[in-house]
Amino acid sequence: MPAIDLAKAPQPASTNPAQIRNFCIIAHIDHGKSTLADRMLGITEVVEQRNMRAQYLDRMDIERERGITIKSQAVRLPWRSGIDGQEYILNMIDTPGHVDFTYEVSRSLAACEGAVLLVDCAQGIEAQTLANLYLAMENNLTIIPVLNKIDLPAAQPEKFAEELAKLIGCQPEDCLRVSGKTGEGVTELLDQIVKQIPAPVGDANAPARALIFDSVYDTYRGVVTYVRVVDGHLSTRDQIQMFSTGVRHEMLEVGVISPEPVVSKGLGVGEVGYVITGVKDVRQSRVGDTITTYHNPTTKALAGYKDPKPMVFSGLFPLDGAEYPMLREALDKLQLNDAALVYEPETSAALGFGFRCGFLGLLHMEIVRERLEREAGLSLISTAPSVVYRVVRGDGKELIVTNPSEFPNEKIEAVFEPIVRATVLAPSEFIGAIMELCQERRGALLGMDYLSEDRVEIRYTLPLAEIVFDFFDQLKSKTRGYASLDYEPIGEAEGDLVKVDILLQSEGVDAFSAIVHKDKAYAYGVMMTTKLRELIPRQQFEVPIQAAIGSRIIARESIRAIRKDVLAKCYGGDISRKRKLLEKQKEGKKRMKMVGRVEVPQEAFIAALTTDADVDKAKAKAKG
Amino acid sequence: MPLSFYIHIPYCVKRCGYCDFNTYTPGELKEGSDIAQVSNGYIDLLIQEAKIARAEVKTNESIPTIFFGGGTPTLMEPADLGRVLKSLETDFGFTKDIEITIEANPDTVSKEKLAALRGVGINRISFGMQSAAPHVLAVLDRTHNPENVVKATNWAREVGFEQVSVDLIYGTPGESIADWEATIDSALALPINHISAYALIVESGTKLAAQVKRGEVIIPDDDQTADKYLLADEKFSKAGFTWYELSNWAKDGGECRHNIAYWEGANWWGLGPGAHSHTDGKRFWNVKHPNAYRERLESNQSPVMESEILKVDEKESERVMLQIRMPDGIEKNSLTAAALLRLESFLTGGQISSEHWEQGRISLTLSGRLMADRIVREILL
Repeated sequence: MPAIDLAKAPQPASTNPAQIRNFCIIAHIDHGKSTLADRMLGITEVVEQRNMRAQYLDRMDIERERGITIKSQAVRLPWRSGIDGQEYILNMIDTPGHVDFTYEVSRSLAACEGAVLLVDCAQGIEAQTLANLYLAMENNLTIIPVLNKIDLPAAQPEKFAEELAKLIGCQPEDCLRVSGKTGEGVTELLDQIVKQIPAPVGDANAPARALIFDSVYDTYRGVVTYVRVVDGHLSTRDQIQMFSTGVRHEMLEVGVISPEPVVSKGLGVGEVGYVITGVKDVRQSRVGDTITTYHNPTTKALAGYKDPKPMVFSGLFPLDGAEYPMLREALDKLQLNDAALVYEPETSAALGFGFRCGFLGLLHMEIVRERLEREAGLSLISTAPSVVYRVVRGDGKELIVTNPSEFPNEKIEAVFEPIVRATVLAPSEFIGAIMELCQERRGALLGMDYLSEDRVEIRYTLPLAEIVFDFFDQLKSKTRGYASLDYEPIGEAEGDLVKVDILLQSEGVDAFSAIVHKDKAYAYGVMMTTKLRELIPRQQFEVPIQAAIGSRIIARESIRAIRKDVLAKCYGGDISRKRKLLEKQKEGKKRMKMVGRVEVPQEAFIAALTTDADVDKAKAKAKG
Repeated sequence: MPLSFYIHIPYCVKRCGYCDFNTYTPGELKEGSDIAQVSNGYIDLLIQEAKIARAEVKTNESIPTIFFGGGTPTLMEPADLGRVLKSLETDFGFTKDIEITIEANPDTVSKEKLAALRGVGINRISFGMQSAAPHVLAVLDRTHNPENVVKATNWAREVGFEQVSVDLIYGTPGESIADWEATIDSALALPINHISAYALIVESGTKLAAQVKRGEVIIPDDDQTADKYLLADEKFSKAGFTWYELSNWAKDGGECRHNIAYWEGANWWGLGPGAHSHTDGKRFWNVKHPNAYRERLESNQSPVMESEILKVDEKESERVMLQIRMPDGIEKNSLTAAALLRLESFLTGGQISSEHWEQGRISLTLSGRLMADRIVREILL
């Protein structure tokens, strides 16, 4: 067996860089990354057979259930090459698989010399994988193309080998073929990682420089920071310093993950491991920052540090107003582990007290919401997601708007909105449908390329606001689930945008206001007023529902006053039944929100803020 | 407190499409059987249960009202119904002016049968007329010929029933305002002194509910149903029928005292499968299926399936929701100041009578009667 005795394997802090290979796996959700990683843990024998469990490295329930990795990890795998018989240390750096986390992905990639491009050979490459592949190529990583799931009956390795070869400029036969499930080809893959990926290069005698590629909050240990040492050496004796802030920390512990934490004396050039400093908040130990030592600090930071910038904003409100303090507590706790999450208190006349939250993207938003609901047991209502608008007022002053209710009512000079470059990969039969959708969403075609005979890559610029509003669901439904999407921000553009307010009995309902393109204002107004007419029960008086831009009414509906609210019969056996119904209705009445004099059931808010696609998703979940 | 009796006859020749009552056709109970077979011995079970009531309820007072409901009580032999009455009279005694009502299907009674029913002491009869429009009856799955109602009510008077009532249903799919007006007019032409008129409730699980769900029939909107209520009240009032409960109108002295007992929170015992009882703040009800009911009693077990003892707030809920259904309404003093404050919009909106309010009572106006449930929720919130 090529596996080696762990006790005799090269030890951290004393491993020759020439024996180290740092790599990551780039793959789409469902393409089998976790299964392949499990297989590698087994084959290298760092996890004993009896301790093995599926998706070993995915720590959070959500990760396991959704099959996606939110936070990255790094595992140290000793390996004896079957080619030269030498001992090596492979550091497998897991990368988050989603567009929202592109920046984190880029830092993970920066910690590696090579990448395994893993593609399900029954499905072909997906847009996000392609985006991450391009990122890896920009970072000059050595790419090892691998076709996974060759055991599947629907596998088409020849077809997708062609596609991969074309993308990375190699020969189709250079693509390795593996099955994470059966283990076929995995040993050869480990050998090829050793053979093809260059060893790390660094100056062992220079001041220490280590790249933070992940930072995780642990309840017991505080923040655990994952690093790749580029130059010099980190040891437990050092005091370390964050380059961006200059803040100094005690080093409490250094170690490697294999795949459970193993304490070591230190980490040397090219090594990957973790450090613990007693810091309690991941924002003090940020991804992309450079760690150096206090006594011998470097003067040159590693390139590429960025502050994460929220792109999508939404209001989160507890269904039960009494849960507001719990929501605050849960957000505080989540932020310890999520440097990209920002929030501030928000008061909505309709929804009560809550928080305006900023997210990296839609998935990030969904994950945060799901974690709040699951881990803190909260029931939440979220307002429609919004992007960041730059509004130039009539007086020339600028205003950043992340909440439609902050959009000025008076005359404005110009509004700028974020623009993204979107890439869609799909079977060519859907080109028409995709272009139609993108045009409808104010897209501008950038170009189109055939990846293979029947698969295309279509590139568009689109306003981010259009993507944020159920674009992905529409894309999936118009392409029977085959299309994949990736996007990156490329700046801003002036848009002909207006704020549409929704009024009940002439009172604005802040939760329903939206910033939309002028051409779509009418459609939005009609959609919301019609929806609300159906959702809001009839009241004692007539309730006009209006959509307005400023003081101009663009759509109008009306809920007629109720005339009959009585059950005709009430005899012996009906009495208990009717009383119980009454108790239920009383409960329902308590949960009503008042907009002026209008009683609006909470369900109406939820339904009005929910797109049809959300409803379908919820149904699918319920079916389970 | 005296004890009234409700006596359930859980049999029908066929089930009507809108009906969710606890009733069964002979075929549903035992394939290939007829009424005589499935109801064999049923009267004895009722008498057996009445003995349980006697043993459990400590009252010295005589029975003021009895009501035979169903199902179709007239499917039973009058002599058999007489046996139950006899047993009750022996065990509890009857008040001098006892009211004994039976529900009847105008199609299945003859003058002789009516005379026999009168002969065993039944003195009030309520015919299920529902509608005078054949197409409305068809939607309800009722087969009777509207002519039969005229015959049956006249016979009832001829054999000595002084209290004769009809039940009407409005708001059936396909019923126009004109259909309803014709129904009202034909009811008012009958020799009756009481009318119940119910807005159709589509109960889940019925054939009608399935038809609505499939879109085969369309329920008229609430506004039209409200108009029909107003029309009925107007015409009934002109003809000398006064409302004494939201869905009930009577000429002087024609009120159904048995039903008033329900709304006033009196004590009553329901005999038969699925029947509900109320004694001094305790509600209980029997197992629902006739066969289960039979098994329980034949093995000398109580037929009660479940019971609840009303808590203070539950009693209050019932009091408010029942009292508001009657013209006298609720005493203002019995409600909190906060509840009264919440009612002000109904007072200004004309749903609560300001005249009675001044006199210390909360009672509903004509438009308020249509909003009774909403007003109750407002009081109890």
